[in-house]
Amino acid sequence: MMDWRALNVSLSLGIGTVVLLLPCGVWLGHALAARRFRGKSFVEALVAVPLILPPTVLGFYLLVAFGSRSPLGAAFESIAGQALAFSFPGLLLASAIANIPFVVQPIQRGFEAIPPDVRDAAACCGLTPWQRFLRIEVPLAWPSILTAAILTFAHTLGEFGVVLMVGGNLPGETRTLSVAIYDRMQAFDDRGAGIMAATLLVIAVVTLTATTMLSRRAGPRRG
Amino acid sequence: MAKRSLSVSLRQTGPIPLDVDFACDPGDVLAIFGPSGSGKTTILRAIAGLYRPTQASVRSGAETWTDTAAATFAPPHRRAVGFVFQEYALFPHLTAAGNVIAALGHRPRAERQTRAEALLNLVHLAGKMSQRPHELSGGERQRVALARALAREPAVLLLDEPFAAVDRTVRRRLQDEIDGLRRTLDIPLVLVTHDFEDVVRLATHVLILEQGRTVASGPVTALMSRPDLSWLREAVGLGTVFDAIVARTLPGRGLVELTFDGGALLAAHRDVTMGTRVRVRIPAREVILATREPEGLSLHNVLSGTISTIHADPAFDHVIVQIAVGRVLLLAEVTRDTIGRLDLVIGKHVHALIKSVSVDLLTVQTGHSTNGR
Repeated sequence: MMDWRALNVSLSLGIGTVVLLLPCGVWLGHALAARRFRGKSFVEALVAVPLILPPTVLGFYLLVAFGSRSPLGAAFESIAGQALAFSFPGLLLASAIANIPFVVQPIQRGFEAIPPDVRDAAACCGLTPWQRFLRIEVPLAWPSILTAAILTFAHTLGEFGVVLMVGGNLPGETRTLSVAIYDRMQAFDDRGAGIMAATLLVIAVVTLTATTMLSRRAGPRRG
Repeated sequence: MAKRSLSVSLRQTGPIPLDVDFACDPGDVLAIFGPSGSGKTTILRAIAGLYRPTQASVRSGAETWTDTAAATFAPPHRRAVGFVFQEYALFPHLTAAGNVIAALGHRPRAERQTRAEALLNLVHLAGKMSQRPHELSGGERQRVALARALAREPAVLLLDEPFAAVDRTVRRRLQDEIDGLRRTLDIPLVLVTHDFEDVVRLATHVLILEQGRTVASGPVTALMSRPDLSWLREAVGLGTVFDAIVARTLPGRGLVELTFDGGALLAAHRDVTMGTRVRVRIPAREVILATREPEGLSLHNVLSGTISTIHADPAFDHVIVQIAVGRVLLLAEVTRDTIGRLDLVIGKHVHALIKSVSVDLLTVQTGHSTNGR
């Protein structure tokens, strides 16, 4: 039957990833679009790495980095009193890292699509860099930011490899819906897997419909 | 606001070569004229602080905006510059009023809406306050861009090819409006163009640019009286340009009488009021020379003067004769044959014959009450 706790983990992970990643993505996407600096190509390549790396490979490295023998894992353990690996916080961090390209790339394209003259005009209107960012650039890149958020949410729901490697399969803690489906299939519970698969399908269709509608509404604002 | 002149000096070898020095006083319009790729826009960008040449000095009155020698560089948002971009660069997500309000950050919040409305009124867009840029025509966008540039109460107004994207009629009207603004604003106005019509109609001074270097510069009227600028001859045809005042209107005859530093002139025109300043252009081809004052002709204008220069450019068949009529230097284009036949030499007294329909009135301001022209 339906694993509600898994659904809860999946939705929490999806929303948590978006909340954690979006501000960083907007900052980095803007920096990559607007500024020229040394090592920019390297940063861009680094951003794209999770896109081409097999999720199991990424998961493996993250697991190593989260382990109590790594500085990151040890630091987390001493602060939080629990291990980073095979925990929800660890899963959240792994999910955020795996989703970097899904957030940064659309946002970067969104900022890049703003004509340079419009940016310059904003400066000539007396707007400071911060005012330009908030009042001109973010509103103009808004459809891309929205797309990035929804893509990330949908992609997190479907993530399997990284989740399994970093989170394991702890009910209520790290067992997401997609892992639960695999679990049920292994147990020959086709009905349970079917229900949960359908749930994910409905969520995916709803989010994509919402994206299309929202970006269409945001569309005519661009002249 | 204190009157502030603009002085600019830019030099670099690449990537865009630049070698220019110029100044522009309040109330003057400096036109930077040259082919595309000559570095015109780069000069404007350097003034606005959007571009930093290798060696540069940009001063507005007592303020130094750029001085590479002293490592001074004020970012664009700290320079009181109004910039009208070639493609207008309006903020697409904001209304016309919102675009103007964006440049009113120096004013108290409560005043901004009223001020934006006043500025849009000034450019005749009172009814378009809440339209977004994509709902406006090319000419209307241009006006929003102009209102936005003025909103900042700039110490210098920069216009990049302001008429490139609008049709002929709108162009005329905008030119007249900018000419009107020039008279009321009293700030330096720098205009970049590749169309000499803009120069002749609007500018008081001109700087001719070729690959980032100044080829010629000076007051438009002086430059237009030079017979030796072959590029000008090829670009627009030579013609004398000078300023005159409408002394009398003769509506019954369809004529106006103009006075200038050298006499009076009748022009075929109706829609001008007495006392307005107009810019006059007389194409060199339309001027006929006579050694004796003729009689019984249909034409209205016979101006007397002495020949000051005769310029024969081997590249052209015709010869350009410059005649001093009072303080105006009139150009006449004649054949080589005429020079010999009439025995035209420097210092000779001649009569220049001009049909009233050959006298072009360029910027015609009919006062501040009208809307549109």
